[in-house]
Amino acid sequence: MTMPGMYVSPEQLMQDRADYARKGIARGRSLAAVEYQGGIALVAENASSTLRKLSEIYDRIAFGGVGRYNEFDQLRIAGVRYAELKGYQYSRNDVDARSLANQYAQMLGQIFTHEMKPMEVEIVVVETDLEAGAELYRIQYDGTVVDEQNWCCIGGDSEPVLERLDDGWSADLERDGAVRLAVESLAGPERSMSAGDLEVAVLDSSNGRRCFRRLDDDETSALLAG
Amino acid sequence: MSAIPFFVPGEDPGTDFLNLLRQTGHEPFPADLPGAIDAGHATTVLAVRCEGGVVVAGDRRATAGHLISHRDMQKVFPADEHSAVAIAGAAGPAIQMVRVFQLQLEYYEKIEGKPLTLEGKANQLAEMLRGNLPQAMQGLAVVPIFAGFDRSQGLGRLFQFDITGGRYEEQEFATSGSGSLHAGTVVKLGYEPGLSVDDALALAVKALWHAADEDSATGGPDPVRGIYPNLTVITDDGFRQLTDDESGQVFAELREELGRGGATS
Repeated sequence: MTMPGMYVSPEQLMQDRADYARKGIARGRSLAAVEYQGGIALVAENASSTLRKLSEIYDRIAFGGVGRYNEFDQLRIAGVRYAELKGYQYSRNDVDARSLANQYAQMLGQIFTHEMKPMEVEIVVVETDLEAGAELYRIQYDGTVVDEQNWCCIGGDSEPVLERLDDGWSADLERDGAVRLAVESLAGPERSMSAGDLEVAVLDSSNGRRCFRRLDDDETSALLAG
Repeated sequence: MSAIPFFVPGEDPGTDFLNLLRQTGHEPFPADLPGAIDAGHATTVLAVRCEGGVVVAGDRRATAGHLISHRDMQKVFPADEHSAVAIAGAAGPAIQMVRVFQLQLEYYEKIEGKPLTLEGKANQLAEMLRGNLPQAMQGLAVVPIFAGFDRSQGLGRLFQFDITGGRYEEQEFATSGSGSLHAGTVVKLGYEPGLSVDDALALAVKALWHAADEDSATGGPDPVRGIYPNLTVITDDGFRQLTDDESGQVFAELREELGRGGATS
């Protein structure tokens, strides 16, 4: 039996796709990135210690994804490949977050309008630079790129988290303070989170060429207690 | 630079950086070259196992026929935080191989979320040598040494290779290059199991000095310019390369020793 022909306006079509993607992303838990003196703290609410939301992309670039794991992991791997190929072809210093963010935006935009279903993901691409400071790009399921300042939050119910980050952030934050602010902002006043519920990483210029470093549960516990 | 690389499942290059290069049109080792050239393998590099790790060293001279083309070549490279690769052979292909090898190890680690085992890294290098065989047959051979600290076993390990990709793990030491015979003999006579890092460095320096003394294609210490052979140590703390000043100090100690024993001739 054939389906009866039905007109769906382009507005409605896009709206339906956007609603679909947003629902998927909001079901998950949040992830926050906070700039501090000399680096960026990345904290995700993640009970798994093996399926990661935060990853290293390149020397000074990190990635965070929320939503459907297989989809943002695909994006992560594509990002590593893009960065490595660019560094191989030109120089390591030619690899930057801005161009990667634009590539992600192109790809997500293309998938949003042309594929059967949009990707149910939201990602951040961050870069630390001694001179230029931090760059934080938030990229949405439809390819929208937002150049965030100082902090950002994606996934779950991000509005209250953003308010708490806004209240707590200051330019003289250091690494431990930035991690604590991110954790407290994600948890909110009614919850407390321990190291086991969290995935924590930093992109720190003091780590040498490869700035990305994960904090294990012991380090995170000590940091949250201190 | 083309757009972000994205592959359908059947064509995904996986964790292999060479596959990724090939699939995006960057052949890392061109084969089927017309003719043949003799690029030689003028060098001495060596690795010595020691207490808690391994010492890797190499001279600095690059030659083109009978001429010296570079006095400060680097022939010992960190492969990653806990391993090093030392090269002998045609300089261009050797340096390209090191570069791709370094990228491969880091690429694997990022894609998989954990590093390759030391043995996995040695096998990767063997695979690259096999890929380079057509070039090697035309005179552009690369004969590296790979050494590192195996964190799962808590000890230093070292591997020797041949141009066909044969991989041979050595228990005590490994040498490669035109001066390897002389250097190998010196290390063999001075080697003892459980050498301290300092003693292994002294032995490496002695071996390089004797190799440079007998082999015109191996460079010795150059105190006038302050250029000394590369000396590196890999332990649980990671890869460390001695500065030229530190290397010069080890040579100064050798000078005293040789002067005392009258073995300079």
